[in-house]
Amino acid sequence: MSKWKIAWRSIQQRGLASTLTVLSMALGVMLVVAVISIHGLVEQSFRNNSSLGYNMIVGATKGGRLQLVLNTVYYLSQPVENIPYSYFQEFLSAEEIEACRRAVGTEELGEPRDGKFRLFTKFAIPICMGDYFGQFRVIGTTPQLFDGFVYDLANGKTYEFDAGRNFKTYSEESGYFEAVVGAKVAREKLLEVGHKISATHGDPEGDLHDEHPFTVVGILKSTGTPVDRGVFVNIEGFYLMDGHAKPVAEDPRDVPARPPVPLSVRPTPAWDEPGDQLAADTAGNYKPLTVSEREVTAILLKTVNQVVTPGLMNTINEGNVAQAALPVSVIYGLFTTIVGPIQQVLLGLTIMICVVSGVSILVSIYNSMSDRQHEIAVMRALGAGRGTVMAVVLFEAIMLSLGGGLIGFLAGHSLIGMAGPTIEANTGVAIGFLDFPSTKVDEYVDVTGLINALLRGVGLEPIQGLEVPTELWLIPGLVLLAVLVGLLPAMAAYRTDVSRALSANP
Amino acid sequence: MLYLNDVKKSYLEPNGNVLPVLDIPVFSVDACEQMVIVGRSGCGKSTLLHVIAGISRVNKGSVVVDGIDIAGLSESVRDRFRADTIGYVFQTFNLLPAFTALENVTLGMTFARGRYDPAWARQLLDRVGLSHRLSHKPTAMSVGEQQRVAVARALANRPKLLLADEPTANVDPGNQQQIVDLIRSTCKEENVSLIIVTHTPEVTEQFDRVVRLEEINRVRTLTEQPAA
Repeated sequence: MSKWKIAWRSIQQRGLASTLTVLSMALGVMLVVAVISIHGLVEQSFRNNSSLGYNMIVGATKGGRLQLVLNTVYYLSQPVENIPYSYFQEFLSAEEIEACRRAVGTEELGEPRDGKFRLFTKFAIPICMGDYFGQFRVIGTTPQLFDGFVYDLANGKTYEFDAGRNFKTYSEESGYFEAVVGAKVAREKLLEVGHKISATHGDPEGDLHDEHPFTVVGILKSTGTPVDRGVFVNIEGFYLMDGHAKPVAEDPRDVPARPPVPLSVRPTPAWDEPGDQLAADTAGNYKPLTVSEREVTAILLKTVNQVVTPGLMNTINEGNVAQAALPVSVIYGLFTTIVGPIQQVLLGLTIMICVVSGVSILVSIYNSMSDRQHEIAVMRALGAGRGTVMAVVLFEAIMLSLGGGLIGFLAGHSLIGMAGPTIEANTGVAIGFLDFPSTKVDEYVDVTGLINALLRGVGLEPIQGLEVPTELWLIPGLVLLAVLVGLLPAMAAYRTDVSRALSANP
Repeated sequence: MLYLNDVKKSYLEPNGNVLPVLDIPVFSVDACEQMVIVGRSGCGKSTLLHVIAGISRVNKGSVVVDGIDIAGLSESVRDRFRADTIGYVFQTFNLLPAFTALENVTLGMTFARGRYDPAWARQLLDRVGLSHRLSHKPTAMSVGEQQRVAVARALANRPKLLLADEPTANVDPGNQQQIVDLIRSTCKEENVSLIIVTHTPEVTEQFDRVVRLEEINRVRTLTEQPAA
């Protein structure tokens, strides 16, 4: 019979006290798991999503950079102010600008020139926000966002469609009014390809834009990013909804539209579908807004290289039209300066709860020691050494601690599973029962290096940076805590006077 | 099997006084011998058993069990020696309440080297008539059954010497004889030497050798001081 079994029998013998002790530990571990998981997953998700294939966001100067990033990347916070479309064109090539001007037919065609920031950018994708579909954000953008756009650079992931296709700038069937919805939107709103959807203006309870329903032409596969919660509509259709045109002195739509313009050589943000043509919607007689009527909420930028990024950002920020933010930097700053310290405090408090729970194990076992003197003496008389009875008590503490840890782990994740919808609504991070944050094990000791040295020694391929679930650290932590709190009663068991205990009546 | 030579054992009282308990010039038990020790309460019978079992260390003298002087062994070695060589039946049975009858028997095997043998434990319980009570806990057993489990446990490690400290003290007269018969017959079958401490005359009179502790122990309690 193993010492573990002897310890387990002792736990069973004191069923009620053991149960209460385990529950106490479970409570502490549940809170630790909840804090570690929620914070870890939120942080992980924010950091992962802060490099969605672009490295800079440009938006209006009103509102801080954090708001700009939260709004644009995570679809959180209130929409910020807009910037003129002409400013967006400063990131485009001469051909793209020309194509746009020809299409909307309102601007004087001067000497074609590249936008002043064109040289520094690989691409620029416009984002228009402000409308909602239920609780989900409606984002007006161009098809470029889903056409081979690599949103996860590390893993080369692109957006894929579960059903249907990407929206087009203009299609025969739906005109300018095509939409693609994220996986969560489709799931929750029971949307299928072909369904018509209408946005509300300004907020989820706002006026319904039922004059321009969009046809769902594609449903994205789940990505685990905020895109899952987005309704992406053609930016041209977005502009055509009531209240989306910027008032100008003279209604430029009175000017007759120019003939449709064929796609230019280089794909442009707004007119990038092969064979697609920007034209008046014959069904509804819609005409695209002129450049001066257009605004964008944000521009997603990818700079040509990291060297030009600071200079471009400074140039943009020195002007009074827009501000530029680096999402990774902003999110990192948010976590370093605000969320990180809060998490440290929370983690500290929950660890204290665990320590208190550990003390309850100490009290529980220690209180039982006087009752168990006789049992220990009997075991000693049967041949058990001092070390054996000491180990049995320590094992008992470890089992109580790990038992509480297991229950706390399950309860913590159940809590997270239950709180998942609320967390997602407030942070945009999808989090469920089976989500585990991970930690790089090389932070303090180069474990991967050691493993790789061994692997090389036996001729195997080295591994990448090793990551383990953060909560795995709870196991050695709980064992250590159990050993510490179990030492006192274990020493009492060790010092048991066998002769005296046997002589006393049980 | 057992040989005590010039054994002295005393306790230190809380007030600092030394309380002598045992002073035995010589005492021996042969292999397979069955004998009884009697004596007044407080004369040191249990202490003597503890000394023989190696639970208590003597202050002086030698305690030779199966050819080994355990007085000179370290505590951990004595523990292991006890597990391997000596069986112990307690007055109050001392079965562990959290364990079943079978587990109580196998528990003793856990502490000895290479003795863990559940089949032998079942066989022992069968021999004491408890094959149908293997998975019962002590609280679900009668006093007689508990004492039979205690006997099986004491024999689990195939000891050379069985010490029984008033094994019938808490048993009704009906069960008393059964217990004694069981202990004696099992020891005989297993070639185990037996020392029983008892106050019960009905038990004492069944043994050929009865030793009154006061006769071999030179320590006299106040009530035992011979008249001047």
